[in-house]
Amino acid sequence: MNDPVDVLIVGAGASGAAVAWSLAETKMHILCLEQGDWMTPANYPSAGRDWEARAYGDYSPSPNVRARPEDYPINDDNSPIKVVNFNGVGGSTIMYTAHFPRLHPSDFRVRTLDGVAEDWPIDYDTLVPFFAENDRMMGVSGLSGDPAFPPTEPPMPPLPLGRSGARLAKAMNKLGWHWWPSDTTVATVDYEGRARCINLGHCTPACAQGAKASTDITYWPVALRAGVELRTHCRVREITTSEHGMATGVVYYDKDSVEQFQPAEVVVIACNGIGTPRLLLNSASGRFPNGLANSSGLVGKNLMFHPYALLYGYVDEPTDSNRAPPTCLWSKQFYETDLSRGFVRGYAFQFGRGVGPVVEAVMSEAKGILPWGVEHHRVFRRLNGHRLSLAAICEDLPEERNRVTLDPVLKDSHGIPAPRVDYTIGENSAKMLEHGVARAKEILAAAGATDICINCPILYGGWHLLGTARMGVDPKRSVVNEWGRSHDVKNLFIVDGSVFVTSGGVNPTSTIQAIALYIADQMKQRLANLFD
Amino acid sequence: MSAEVTLNSLQRDDLRVVAGMIIPASVEYRVPGADDATIQADILATLGRDAELVRDALDHLARLAGMPLANLGETAREAVAGQFRASGGPAAATLTRVVLQCYYRDDRVLRSLGLELRPPFPQGYALEQGDWSLLDPVKARPSMWRRTS
Repeated sequence: MNDPVDVLIVGAGASGAAVAWSLAETKMHILCLEQGDWMTPANYPSAGRDWEARAYGDYSPSPNVRARPEDYPINDDNSPIKVVNFNGVGGSTIMYTAHFPRLHPSDFRVRTLDGVAEDWPIDYDTLVPFFAENDRMMGVSGLSGDPAFPPTEPPMPPLPLGRSGARLAKAMNKLGWHWWPSDTTVATVDYEGRARCINLGHCTPACAQGAKASTDITYWPVALRAGVELRTHCRVREITTSEHGMATGVVYYDKDSVEQFQPAEVVVIACNGIGTPRLLLNSASGRFPNGLANSSGLVGKNLMFHPYALLYGYVDEPTDSNRAPPTCLWSKQFYETDLSRGFVRGYAFQFGRGVGPVVEAVMSEAKGILPWGVEHHRVFRRLNGHRLSLAAICEDLPEERNRVTLDPVLKDSHGIPAPRVDYTIGENSAKMLEHGVARAKEILAAAGATDICINCPILYGGWHLLGTARMGVDPKRSVVNEWGRSHDVKNLFIVDGSVFVTSGGVNPTSTIQAIALYIADQMKQRLANLFD
Repeated sequence: MSAEVTLNSLQRDDLRVVAGMIIPASVEYRVPGADDATIQADILATLGRDAELVRDALDHLARLAGMPLANLGETAREAVAGQFRASGGPAAATLTRVVLQCYYRDDRVLRSLGLELRPPFPQGYALEQGDWSLLDPVKARPSMWRRTS
């Protein structure tokens, strides 16, 4: 048997890394188990001539397509939005766009303000110091002064507007609509050992330059130097409990697929909105027959993606294409509730600069605007390098029918039951998508774009996995309390996107990490009576 | 994975013909078609995880054609291609994508497009700052985030 540890963290991604780093100062024995491995930037797609093709293979955002040994399959057949994620040290921060907005203050008060869903048990102001700490650790570039958001102080200047950003900005100004340079975790200057961005452009499937923050190059090196232990290729099957209902540790398969037991005083789950409910449901026992920490029956329920509507068109002048980070601008013009729009809550726009030739050809052929035959060459030369795009990222309200369960048949390579996702787009979200599509068309028209194409919803757009073990003060209506501790199991904590009560309408990684740091801080403050 | 293992001779012939239908050679743009031997070799050498769906697509194509594609007249071939695109589903989409992703990384094609023959890393690209004065009217806007108390 392994020696017991004080704190066992499951998952080395966005939240697990942040918690490990924060708790390291306690000098407790902290161990993190990660099912994937350390990444090797020299092998990242942008270092090879097949850089675009690999996004359809071993660097696909879909674990079902990618099917690396580190991945587990997900049955998402019954969902119009497919789950995308990444497994390895760094988790999905390896494979994200680095777009780094925060949830708005209003996102934490949706019941009070708009009469829908439920308020969070914490508010924006509570998280402000942790947002700032996370901005410093991850290294955020951006510009202070956005009128659509409370004051922030990004430690690095924003990414350039470039040709694409300037053209989109002119369009937004013509319409009189809000826009602002996006906060990103792309280093625009040399920062804490990371080299500045050199515009590889292919940011999402991992950054070979190391300019994009992923936790394997931000939090983890510092956490390891502070004494945290990280074991890779360790896939956790279940959390074990004592006769007193306390977590005693985990059963996992090591790099040789040998079953191991790791005892721990505290277990912290950081597997995000699909992996976390999967682990809890796989930890059912005689004492917890419906899954661990599930007396509310809410483990796995209230799954929220952000339904995305992607629109793109083509302009006469060359755009930045693939030769710059895809993150560019955001707009919060339609973020806050305006009931005249026919829905509550709102959405953000995320603007893109363009794509490379392979993606352009594949997408345009599939849309029917790039023909087969002799005309192919002429049309391709008009499209390639001339694309402008934007996506409406819509707030998804929690609905219990949208959920993660265990698939009765599908299993991972260790025989552990795989997750099944059942999800439909709600009525409010559908109206929001429709509104976003109409406004995006106006923006592209104002930018002079033609041949407008629409992907609504984005099929492989389930990047944001939220709500499946939500926080709250009422044990009947939530899985963890207001500082991340399970209502049912006093030494079990959840620190990832599954604790979100509502989704907001922005990319969640910044808020996930701020919450993880906040929970770690609460644990440190309560060490003397953590289990009371 | 070698071509011999993944596709039989008839399938390779049909793949070459349909690739040439997707992207024929162009004298005007001085580029080969996707039926070019080098591009075909790249496709076959890198089929990998796509091999099964590409085989399915080629089997579907063969059923529609009833004979090797090359033996069909041009009009009949165009009709089969139309049916293939309409009814081929994910398999046809995969075949098309495989052809496109190999074509648009060929040196001769990239040169014709004015693109550099290299991966993004380690040189990267230059990105102009753009006109930041465009932000002035936005900065002048009143605060618009919703207060909660």
